[in-house]
Formats: sequence, C-alpha cells, structure tokens
Amino acid sequence: MIKPEPRQIKLSTWRSLLLFGLLVLGLISLAGRAAYLQGMHHDFLQEKGESRYSRVVEMNADRGMITDRNGHILAISSPVASIYADPKVVEIKPEQLKKLASLLEMDSAEINDRLNRENSRFVYLKRQVVPDTAEKIMKMKIKGIHLTSESKRYYPESEFAAHVLGFTDINDEGQEGVERGWQDTLAGELGRRRVLKDNKGQIIEDVENIRPPKPGQDLVLSIDRRIQYRAHAELKEAVLANNAKAGSIVVLDAQTGEILALTNLPAYNPNRRSSITNERLRNRALIDTFEPGSTLKPFTVAIAMEIGKVNANTVLQTAPGMWQVGRKTIRDVSNKGELTVAQIIQQSSNVGTAKIALSLESQTMWEMFNRSGFGTLTNSGFPGEASGILRSYNKWRPIEQATMSYGHGISTSLMQLARAYTIFASGGELKPISLLKQNMPVMGQRVISRDTAQAMSRMLEMATKPGGTAPLAQISGYRVAGKTGTAHKLVDGQYANKRYISTFVGYAPASNPRLIIAVMIDEPSAGKYFGGAVAAPVFSKVMSGALRILNIPPDAPANNVITFTATPEMGDEG
Amino acid sequence: MFKLNIFLVFILIACALGVVTSQHMVRKLFMALENEKGIERKLDVEWGRLQLEQSTLIMHGRIEHIAREHLKMTVPSAASIQIVSINEADAKGLKP
Repeated sequence: MIKPEPRQIKLSTWRSLLLFGLLVLGLISLAGRAAYLQGMHHDFLQEKGESRYSRVVEMNADRGMITDRNGHILAISSPVASIYADPKVVEIKPEQLKKLASLLEMDSAEINDRLNRENSRFVYLKRQVVPDTAEKIMKMKIKGIHLTSESKRYYPESEFAAHVLGFTDINDEGQEGVERGWQDTLAGELGRRRVLKDNKGQIIEDVENIRPPKPGQDLVLSIDRRIQYRAHAELKEAVLANNAKAGSIVVLDAQTGEILALTNLPAYNPNRRSSITNERLRNRALIDTFEPGSTLKPFTVAIAMEIGKVNANTVLQTAPGMWQVGRKTIRDVSNKGELTVAQIIQQSSNVGTAKIALSLESQTMWEMFNRSGFGTLTNSGFPGEASGILRSYNKWRPIEQATMSYGHGISTSLMQLARAYTIFASGGELKPISLLKQNMPVMGQRVISRDTAQAMSRMLEMATKPGGTAPLAQISGYRVAGKTGTAHKLVDGQYANKRYISTFVGYAPASNPRLIIAVMIDEPSAGKYFGGAVAAPVFSKVMSGALRILNIPPDAPANNVITFTATPEMGDEG
Repeated sequence: MFKLNIFLVFILIACALGVVTSQHMVRKLFMALENEKGIERKLDVEWGRLQLEQSTLIMHGRIEHIAREHLKMTVPSAASIQIVSINEADAKGLKP
C-alpha cells in the first residue's frame, strides 16, 4: 500500500493574520460598546429598565372629619372618582359614547369635543363621580378612559351649619369658615411609595416608602347640632315673617364661652356650590359690624354702679323725654318722667343712660367697653373676623360719650355682643369664646364685681317682665334676663330713615345662667321693628328649645309667663 | 476534590432554587396583603357612606317632621311637666 503523501496546502500568512486581526477588532469594539453602556449610559438605562416594572404610587390621606360636640358628623370626606381620558388613545363607538354620556349626565357632544382634543394627552371628562357610576363606566372597558380616586366633602347638615363650617374647593382646600380657619389641622398629606409591578399591573413588591401618608386630624367643634338646627329654623321663620334682609343668631354656653350655635341668613347649601353667592356667604355674626343700640346700656350703667356713682334705686329725671347735649338732642320714645336706675334699664331710657354716662370720666367708660371686649377680636379662630370700632376716649366729645352710652357711635359684631354679656351671666367675668369643644373649665377675666353683675342681672330680668321692653322674651318655666336694642342703620355714614337693626341679647335661667343667646334681625320691614317685638320672640323660642334639649331644670313655676297687651312702646328707638 | 466540587454545585443549585421559591412566596403573600388592603379601603368607603347616610337620617328636621306629622307628637307644655327633685323623691322613699 502506498500511502499518498499528504498534500501540503500552502496558505499565505497574511490571510490568517487578517482574520485574526478582524476578530480582535470585533472583540475590542464589543468590549468598548459594553464599557460605554455600562459606564457612561448606566443611569439612563437603569432608569429605562426600572420604568418597565417600578412605579411610584400615591397613598391617600383623607381630610379629617368635623363633628359637633356630641360626635355627630358635620363634615366628612368620602372617596369619589374622577373620569379622565387620553384623547390620543381613545377608541369609542357611538353607542358607547351615548351610554357614557347618560352615565355622566353630560351632553354627548361635549364629551366628544373633549375626546377630540388632539394636542392633549390628559383631559377630565368629569370630576367627583360617585363610585357606583365610576364602576359602571370602567366595566364598559373603553380604551383610553381611566379614573383616579379623589375625595369629596359632604355636609349632612346642609345649610343649617353652612356658615360655621364653610366649604372646600375641588382640590380639598378650605375656602371658608372652619374648613379654612383650621385647614392645616384638617388637611391630610399624601404619601408616596415606590413599588414593583408585574405585567398584570399588580403590585408585587414594596421597594421604599418615599413619604408616609399623614391623615388629617378630626376636629370636634363646640357646636351642638340640635341647638344649631333650632336656632337656624327659628331665625328663618322670623326673617321671613318680618320680611327682613338678613339675620344672625349666636348661642353661647354662659359658663365656658363655647359657641353652641352660630348661624346667619341668607344661607347657602354647601353641598350645592351653585347656591353660593357673596350675599349668602357672609358669616354676618362674625364679620359684619353694626351699632348695637340699647343692648350696650347695661355696660354703661354697670360701670357707674361699680364705681359707686349710682345704685339700682338712684332716681333720675328723664322728663320731658328729651335732653339737650351741646347742639344735639337725645330723645326717648315717650316721656317717662322720674325713673330709678333699674327702671332706666327696664324701660330702656336713652336720656337716663346718657345722664349716667356724662357723670362718668370718658376714660372710665372706655375702659369698661374695652374690657368687655368691644373693639377687640374675639379670637374664635374664624377667618375674616371683624373687631368693631371703639374710638380712643381722648377724642370723645360729650355728645359722643352720651350717644355711645346707648350704643351709637360704636360698632360691634354680634359675636362680640354675645361675649360681652358673659359678664352679667357669669357674675362679672368676661369668658373667652371658642369654637372648639373645651374639656377644661375656662378662666374668665374679671370686669366688674359679683355684686354689680348680680344687680345688673336683676335689672335685665325686669326688662323681660311686663313693664319692660321685652316681655316677649319670657319662657314658660324659666326666668330669663336680657336687653333689647333697636338702632337706625348707618348707610354711608348717615342714619337711614326707617331702616333698622333689631337686636336682643339675653340669658337663662336667670338664677344660674347656662345659655346666652344674641339675635340680630337686619331691616325688618313688615311693620314691627323694635328689638322687643322682632328679635325677642326668636330668643324665647330658641332658648326654650335649647334649655329642653340640654335638660336644664326649670327655675320658675310653669305659670310664670305673664300675658300682656302689646304696646307700640315695646322696645325703644335707641 | 472532584466529588466535593460536585457536591458543592448541587448545594449551590438547591440554594438558588430556594431563593427563587421564597421570592415567589414573598410576592404571592405581598399580593394577598395588597388585596386585603384594597378590601380595607373599600370597607372604609362603605363606612363613610354609611356614616353619611346615618347623619342624613338623623337630621333634626326630618325627625321633627316625622314626629309632628306622622306620629302626631307635640312638645309638652311647661304646665304639664312635673318636676321631681331628688330630695323630694328621697323623702317619699322612691328610688331614682
């Protein structure tokens, strides 16, 4: 066997070198690319990759509830859904559009219009849809239509507590009242966390908590919703019956200064934003000031008694029912002749009060008004509260001092007036008022002595008896004390003819006062306008209801109400 | 030496599988937890709705209307209320 000699194939060396070189080059470029991606582009690519599965989700934090003093809900946030669309992605059939329109209670043309906004990738179809409707819409599975969850504020008491609570805007930001004043307490803070999601969109892992959610705190108000309801209902009736422009009422706890009810008319329904107008929005009891009229007389008389100028039985001459001070004349409704100080309060004599006032130093009188809280904020925490005007005493002329003694030339809010009466109801101390429930007994600031306060209380009780200006304020089974006021309205710095503000401030039971109620009726125009005829009956109805609600034992026999014939002199012209 | 290496490789594989399984378990449990949280949120919503419904039902105006119109109830006049003080009740030997 001859073995064939293997043929030597001679390849030129450069070919293998070339191949080798090419391979090395390829390897180097690959390594370079890898190094480039790994080194220079690392963050960008990492981010891109994570964005496929990692998501930041928001964690809801609800706004706190607002409850009344007994834990009943006055405002609560409830989750709702907002429906939005991505116009670039949306595919919708005509019959789906029709169904969607009927579910959203919107015009289908309008929805169509929104869905065709070419340039936008996000458009709300409707915000704050109830969850049931939202679920139905999602079941239709229209491409490009999604929902996000939001929360909506509900006010079960509707207009009855509207002015106290205020309301929030669509972004859950407080706009008025407590919602605005306590925004920081009530508002929750959204939390965020990073999670991993699988291809079905389910969260499979928590990566990090970026920020924990902080739910808003609940707020317990001093309001008692039963009294609030009573007050609003009775005020509404009175405003309608007297054809008045507006009205306000404040109910205070005489011992703690807590605001048990606070309401105004005209009011609005916070659940229906369309009912809100500027006129209805005004929380008149706190932000509007007026000349208080005769309701201020007890303060003038009290300081005169306190420093010993007069006592309850001092007799003053008020005949002939008018008195010249400087170039002006102070008038009473009728000639009342000789009156004791007690009768001056009972019958609300302007002349008598002015005479007492001019026997006082202006500084003494100013100090009394100032310490009674006139001209200073009540610090209720309410946004936009008015302080009223109490001018400095060194600018008072005698006629001004005289008119101020019966409540003209000085302005106050109804809340300040109600607060000032805590002096007489609590034995001489001015109580700080509050809109939040107080768990501790509050310290007042002493203004007058207990004796003076009690003497004044007896006079104020006489004012609600026949012979006084407010017999209509009487309540069966309870002793009440209070004072009427009727003031001409100031319009552009002038006293307007036949436009009045009728007020009544009083408290009960007189033997141990528990509640103070201040009522103000603006421009009653159905004939009657004296505080004793217009505002006192509201006081009586609300007070009797509230005393019953709070189970306060009667301090008088049931047949204590003395009937009387109404005279045109009920009240005073102030 | 070779045997030991084989042994270690097996252990390594077992450990790797263990990690995978436990990761899977964690994710499953986590999903269950998320589910429960979702249910909690739903119940919260429901609770809020019920609270709202309750407060609407106990509105003073509604109760007063029902009491007056349907049940024909009236507020007793002060004259028809008898106040019994604690001392009086004690004196008569009544128990509160």
